[in-house]
Amino acid sequence: MNPVAEPPRRPSYEIRPKTDEAGGESIGELLEISMGPHHPSTHGVFRMDVVLDGEKVVKLKPVFGYLHRNHEKIGENISYLASMPYTDRLDYFCSMTNNWAYALSVEKLAGLAVPERAEYIRVIMAELTRLQNHTCLIGFFAQDMGALGTPMMYAFREREKILDLFESVSGARMMCNYMRFGGVRCDVTAEWLAQAKQLTDGYGKFLDEFEALLAQNEIILARTQGIGVLPRELAISAAITGPMLRASGVDYDLRKVDKYGIYSRFDFKVPLGAQGDVYDRYMIRVLEMRECVKILQAALRDIPSGPVMDPKAKLRGLRPKAGEAYGRVEAPKGELGFYLISDGSTNPYRYRVRPPSFINLTILEDMCLGHRIADAVVILGSVDIVLGEVDR
Amino acid sequence: METPEQIKARLEAAVPEIRVEVLPNDCPAGERSLLVDIAHVFAAAKFLRDDPQLRLDYCSNVSGVDWPDLEIATKTKVKKVVDGVEKEVEEVMKTLRPGFLEAVYHLYSMELKQGPVVLRQRTANRDPEAPAVSLTPLWRGAELQEREVYDLYGIRLEGHPDLRRILMWDGFKGFPMRKDYVAPDDFEYEPTPHDEVLELAKKHYPPEVKA
Repeated sequence: MNPVAEPPRRPSYEIRPKTDEAGGESIGELLEISMGPHHPSTHGVFRMDVVLDGEKVVKLKPVFGYLHRNHEKIGENISYLASMPYTDRLDYFCSMTNNWAYALSVEKLAGLAVPERAEYIRVIMAELTRLQNHTCLIGFFAQDMGALGTPMMYAFREREKILDLFESVSGARMMCNYMRFGGVRCDVTAEWLAQAKQLTDGYGKFLDEFEALLAQNEIILARTQGIGVLPRELAISAAITGPMLRASGVDYDLRKVDKYGIYSRFDFKVPLGAQGDVYDRYMIRVLEMRECVKILQAALRDIPSGPVMDPKAKLRGLRPKAGEAYGRVEAPKGELGFYLISDGSTNPYRYRVRPPSFINLTILEDMCLGHRIADAVVILGSVDIVLGEVDR
Repeated sequence: METPEQIKARLEAAVPEIRVEVLPNDCPAGERSLLVDIAHVFAAAKFLRDDPQLRLDYCSNVSGVDWPDLEIATKTKVKKVVDGVEKEVEEVMKTLRPGFLEAVYHLYSMELKQGPVVLRQRTANRDPEAPAVSLTPLWRGAELQEREVYDLYGIRLEGHPDLRRILMWDGFKGFPMRKDYVAPDDFEYEPTPHDEVLELAKKHYPPEVKA
């Protein structure tokens, strides 16, 4: 068996003078642009220092930290339970999966069990989160390509329905703060389940409509196919996770690999891309949403009755034994992990977040080099970043 | 998946003069980690990545940990003659564990779908910019995370292609995630390129105009 291939060499950061095709002296100027932090296409306060040769990107440096509030230090100074609402603010589109990742890590650290009904509720919440995240991402992404308004409004119409469900169960649309170590905060009602079922059953129709609107669109095909190709080896070496990794053809979905929670009970497929370009990343998300609907239908059908909290779980003043644990889930953007070290006190000694969208930006430059500046916007859109999580 | 002891034995066979220690973990579900000395951590990581049984091609998480100086009190029972009678007396021995910084790597295999193996390296002390070894040449995914470790903990990871501050601004002093970091009072102060010019401009104003 061959050893793993060396990662491709990094592009040189040295800016060379522009030469003409015969290799002569410089005939033009390179243009340095600071794109962001307040630019509509950077999805938040994110900056790219771009060097352009005409319209071609010859260098691109992401600049982070405009939204940095040292989330990890805050986590070290407050109790285990008090960090739960803070996790909502990481990836503020997907608070439910953030909650789950943190709860999973603390459960691993403290050795807590989760009742079966709570596991089903967690799966339902996580898959609803994935649906609304991918739907909105495609809306934003179409907006980045100039489809102003319509696709995003379609996406937000559906997202509101899901956020209404979140609000009715947790009291908040986005900052849900719903899960706890050892279960979930409160039970869902039969009416809520009926509403969720109605939404899930109707979602396939919306996906058909959304796909018909965009998937074969001539402009989208021209703008995305063959753009920002991410090779398989580089994707693995650069620790890319989530739909971006699977678009490059790597079969690695934590719901299948780790089988955390009760994901082993559901029958779903992991869609894989062949080219690893922007179009594959878009299409993977469409296909993943169809699998989400399948999981949701099965979960809503099979959900048992029972308690939603482990009666032995102690929320306030939780003091896990000294030790460490790393727990991870498949968040909509990739692998979200929490690494916790306990020294036996009420606060974690070390609280580390492994943010997927931050690490997925590692290879932004590699994907953009040689493309036009307008394509860099589309490529960034296909990475799916949320700055609350990137900068923490 | 091999146990940490098995991996340790194979590492010692493959890399000469390596010092590996399996650290205990009291958390029942957590993984025990491999502590490798700085001089051999790169060779050890390369072995873990390329070994056909492990093939840890995916470096998921890199985190820094700060361990300040710690006084460890151990109680020992000593026989002593007190007032002419031999008695057992408890004596408290205090030993100082010097502080260090730690970089922790969580390695998985995407090909064989196994893991994690937790790899740790420790610096000699807690100096600002204490040196350790970067593993970015082996796993590109460590690039931004190692920059973050450098930025927030001040571990200078030798061999990193582009080791700069990442979340804090250039010119920031100190390492905010260290346990002894104290936040300054004037948090909003940020050096600007105009500082020198402003200082020079002050000379042009006579003192009475200032008020």
